[in-house]
Amino acid sequence: MDLRDLYREVILDHYKTPRNFGELAPADGVADGHNPLCGDRLHLTLQLDGDRVRDVRFEGKGCAISTASASMMTEAVKGRTRAEVAQLFDDVHHVLTERDYTPSQDLGKLVALGGVREFPARVKCASLCWHTLNAALAQHDATADSQTPPPNISTE
Amino acid sequence: MNARAEDPRLTGYDVAKVRADFPILARSVHGKPLTYLDSAASAQRPQTVLDAVNDYETRHHANVHRGVHRLSQEATDLFEAARDTVRRYLNARSNREIVFVRGTTEAINLVAQSYGRPRLQSDDEILITGLEHHANIVPWQMLCQQTGARLIVAPIDRTGNVALESIDARLTARTRLVAVAHVSNALGTILPIREITRLAHARGVPVLVDGAQAVPHEDVDVQALDCDFYAFSGHKVYGPTGVGVLYGREQLLEAMPPWQGGGDMILAVTFDKTTYNTLPYKFEAGTPNISGVVGLAAALRYVESLGRSRIRAHEHSLLQSATRRLAAIPGLEIIGTAPRKAAVISFTIEGIHPHDLGTILDAEGVAIRTGHHCAMPVMDFFGVPATARASLGCYTDQDDIDHLLAALEKAREVFA
Repeated sequence: MDLRDLYREVILDHYKTPRNFGELAPADGVADGHNPLCGDRLHLTLQLDGDRVRDVRFEGKGCAISTASASMMTEAVKGRTRAEVAQLFDDVHHVLTERDYTPSQDLGKLVALGGVREFPARVKCASLCWHTLNAALAQHDATADSQTPPPNISTE
Repeated sequence: MNARAEDPRLTGYDVAKVRADFPILARSVHGKPLTYLDSAASAQRPQTVLDAVNDYETRHHANVHRGVHRLSQEATDLFEAARDTVRRYLNARSNREIVFVRGTTEAINLVAQSYGRPRLQSDDEILITGLEHHANIVPWQMLCQQTGARLIVAPIDRTGNVALESIDARLTARTRLVAVAHVSNALGTILPIREITRLAHARGVPVLVDGAQAVPHEDVDVQALDCDFYAFSGHKVYGPTGVGVLYGREQLLEAMPPWQGGGDMILAVTFDKTTYNTLPYKFEAGTPNISGVVGLAAALRYVESLGRSRIRAHEHSLLQSATRRLAAIPGLEIIGTAPRKAAVISFTIEGIHPHDLGTILDAEGVAIRTGHHCAMPVMDFFGVPATARASLGCYTDQDDIDHLLAALEKAREVFA
């Protein structure tokens, strides 16, 4: 077990300087993620361009893994269609949990998250943002009237 | 390491010898010697507890209070001897006041449902403090939902202390019960239970004490504290999990209805009517955790053999030196600085999330707790999502603190 597998340079960089940090207003989709185990909270807003994610931002307090994962995710999903986002999440999820998984695409810097494989207690930190993104997309679908409060996603 | 502070000739406490009683402390984690600083979550067990449980399981096991056969008698004798050990440990007046339960949580739920539910009415009040563990919050919230009573909270101050005046000011004509921790699990604050019971009793209000974090460290004399209920868990005091104790003042327990129905808590059952058993069996429905009870008694005897005041002096000296050394780390803030504290240091380090600290320390073999410590209102009060918490036990030594400090240095390097 090597800590450098978990806390790689790119992860520390995104933790200390998170990209796309903040809130989009107006937003087409909103969701809040919560990891009760460590108290992490994530507020995610996104704007859609038809079927594509035009922009996405997040804010909140979290550990290095959850913050870096959210930061890298926002970079990775911009401009992608929903189907592409779903495929990306599927690949990332396998990378987080399986040692010999071969992704269906080049994951770029997202592969750095694979270090959590050796730290099972931390997998939820890395996946919280993806579940929250899914919830924000689903919220957009469910609430054309925008009366429904944003969903709360919990990893527990 | 500070050899002088641990010289058994000076302190009368030989921590090296104590450590040798705990087999798990000999193991390594990730190739490093185990540094166990999570005793407030669950303490490790000395060999004498493991032996007592094993001896019971291999030689004496049968159901209690039932059979006329030899093993049942032996199991019953061990079980009831354990009750007497607990009574002596708490200095309760009678074994009828000692109820075995699954743990502190179950003990508090028992009081909420058996003492509180029949008595409380709409707009009655239950008074707790701002430093309570969820186990001393949620059962009362459930009771409030059932009865229309209200939960009143005496807040903590910035040190994590609860001022007596703040409790006194919230005791009203509607207060029906005060429920307070003896020692805060998240902050280490020791509350002045004797003074709290004095204030409450002056208004005729009974007091429940959540003693989960106090029993391993403090002298707990329920007569001197003059509390009405006292709850604790076996596994925080070097005993097994899944067993705990509710002490209750006899006349209160006597007046309370059973909580759960079943075997062992009855004298006679017909389809028309059931006559309940006497104390404490009225509250012990079903076959109990017999081996757990036997192990708990062995744990209490072990603590008595070391001496609670000697354990406390040892832990206090470590707590003070560790607090000093931690406070000197740049960016480290100690959460919980009450004047009277026991065995717990909660802290945050600027720029490093507690969860990351926990992982990095684990890689160094150092086990601490990170998170909200089942005390989310405490985290909210201090405006942090979580803290890192190092907690001490009778076996903690200067090497453990040295390892903690070295591992924290490592964490600061990773996040430099």
